[in-house]
Parts: sequence; structure tokens; C-alpha cells
Amino acid sequence: MTAVVLTNYMSWWLVIGLSAGALAFKVAGFVIVGSRKLPSALEQCLILIPAALLAALVVKDTFSTAHELVIDARSVGLAVAVIAAWRKAPLIVVVVLAAGATAITRGFA
Amino acid sequence: MSAPVRSVVVSSLTLSSAVGVFAISFGVLSVSAGASVAQTCALSLFTFTGASQLSAMSVIATGGTVSAALGGALLLAARNFVYGLALAPLIKGSLRTRFLAAHFVIDETTAMTTAQSDPRLRKIAFWTTALSLFSFWNLGTLVGALLGNGIDPQKYGLDVAFTAAFVAMLAPHLRSSKGRQAAALGAVICILLIPSAPIGVPILAAGLAVFIGLRRS
Repeated sequence: MTAVVLTNYMSWWLVIGLSAGALAFKVAGFVIVGSRKLPSALEQCLILIPAALLAALVVKDTFSTAHELVIDARSVGLAVAVIAAWRKAPLIVVVVLAAGATAITRGFA
Repeated sequence: MSAPVRSVVVSSLTLSSAVGVFAISFGVLSVSAGASVAQTCALSLFTFTGASQLSAMSVIATGGTVSAALGGALLLAARNFVYGLALAPLIKGSLRTRFLAAHFVIDETTAMTTAQSDPRLRKIAFWTTALSLFSFWNLGTLVGALLGNGIDPQKYGLDVAFTAAFVAMLAPHLRSSKGRQAAALGAVICILLIPSAPIGVPILAAGLAVFIGLRRS
């Protein structure tokens, strides 16, 4: 996440597309497929989506500004978040500690 | 209220209020990324799946296009499909109830429901988490979106709020070796593509790491 907004492409299409898509996945799994069994290879892959994408988002939001790879105060926040999550701190504690550490680092810089 | 019921209700309210506080930072960041207050609130009301909302706004904030933002966010939303499969045998009801319940099939409700072993407690866990989380998530989003323009996210380190949340959500997936491999590969694909690929595409491409699932363990 960077504060430098190059071009802002935000539009209602994103809101509509994402809402419709998210609901479609929820309904497909919960109501339509329900308790039926999926091919295990498919399930094995689907289950790994969060691991792959969340790791990529962490890397992008910490080490990049648009197309540039950078190391700045956000890396300190990430380090603190990793330690807090590793110690099994709740979500909100992880977020507050990471934000605090980043703000303090910027204060010194 | 019996003790087990009270304990289920208390833990879902605790979880929901914490998520509500986080929703404030979602509201602030979404508005500062360029969304209007209405768009931000609509995302929380109708998309209602945190990681996808965060992912979409994170891509928009860096200057990504709608399709780039949508790609990664939808891929993340696909996990709710898997949660639906897990919850379907546990949460019964009329077709209308099931369509309504489907909107609430997300990380937190799945975790709280599957943590219970008694069918009645599962139902209570699902619905109390669903309704309290939905209320707090939307209330927090509204508060954050209204505060949004008055706050400089960088000053309070709020710009790392998404990252920190992603880390917290990622942690449980790193317990399995396949999960660790997928995370490592996803991160590598992303970092290699950032300098050259259009914004948002590295996140989508990181999804290719799920094919680790086809390897024999």
C-alpha cells in the first residue's frame, strides 16, 4: 500500500464485479455444490489460494512502489507484524503494533 | 443462556469488535486510495469478504486498473467456495435461509462454526458470528470512510494496516508444507514481475503457485 496514487482507476464496476463474483463463489459452494465431493486435485489447489495470494500481497505492499522495488519504513512494520503473528497475537494487535512501528520509524527517519 | 452458548456468543462478539476496529482502517485506506465513501461502504456491504476488499483496494492504491484489481480479488474470493463446501452439511435450512446464509460464508464464520462439535452450538456460532461481524464490519467501514479524508494514513503507519492483516491471515496457512511452498512461490512470482508487469498482474500471477497442490507430498 503506497500513498503515491499514480492514476486512479477506482470505479463502480469494481464494486459491482467484485460483489457479484464474491456472492457467486459463496452461493456455488454453499448452496449449489453443497455437501457433494469435489475432485481432490481441484480441492488441493483451491485450498492453497490464500497462501499464494496473501504472500504476494505482503511482498507487493511492503517492498514496492508501483514498478519499483524499495526498502523503507514499511519493512519495519512487516517485521513487527511477522513476530506478532508468529506469537499468535490477534489480528487487531498485529495491525496496531505494525502501524505503530512504521509510524515511529518514519518519525526517526 | 447456558455456559457453552454464552462462551460461543462472547467469543464471536469479541472477534467481531476487533474486526470492526480493523474495518475503520479499511475505510480510511479505501477512501485515501481513491474510492468514495459510498463505494467503500458498498464494498463492505455487498462484497463482504475482507481479504478480497483489501486486495482490490491495495491494487487500486498503487495505480492498477479495475480488471487487475478484480482478478486477484476474485481469486481470493474463490476460497469462500471451499468454505461453503465445509459449511453446507453443518448449516441447514430452507433454500431462502441458505441463500441468505451464503452471503456470510467467510473466513471467520467458517472458523467459529467448525470449531464447535455440537450441531446446535454450530448453528449459534455461525449466526451470531455472521450477524455481529457483518454489523461491526460495516459500521467500522463507515466510520473509517468518513474519517478518511481527515487522516494522513502515512503519519500513523496506517498504510501497513493491510500488510499486517495479510500477515495475520497468512499465518495459519503456513502450518502445512504445501502452504509454505505456495506462499514462497507466490511471493517470488510477484517480486519478479513487479518491475515489468502491469500493476495488479503480479498478484494474479502469484495464483499460479496453487499448482503446487498437484505435487505429491
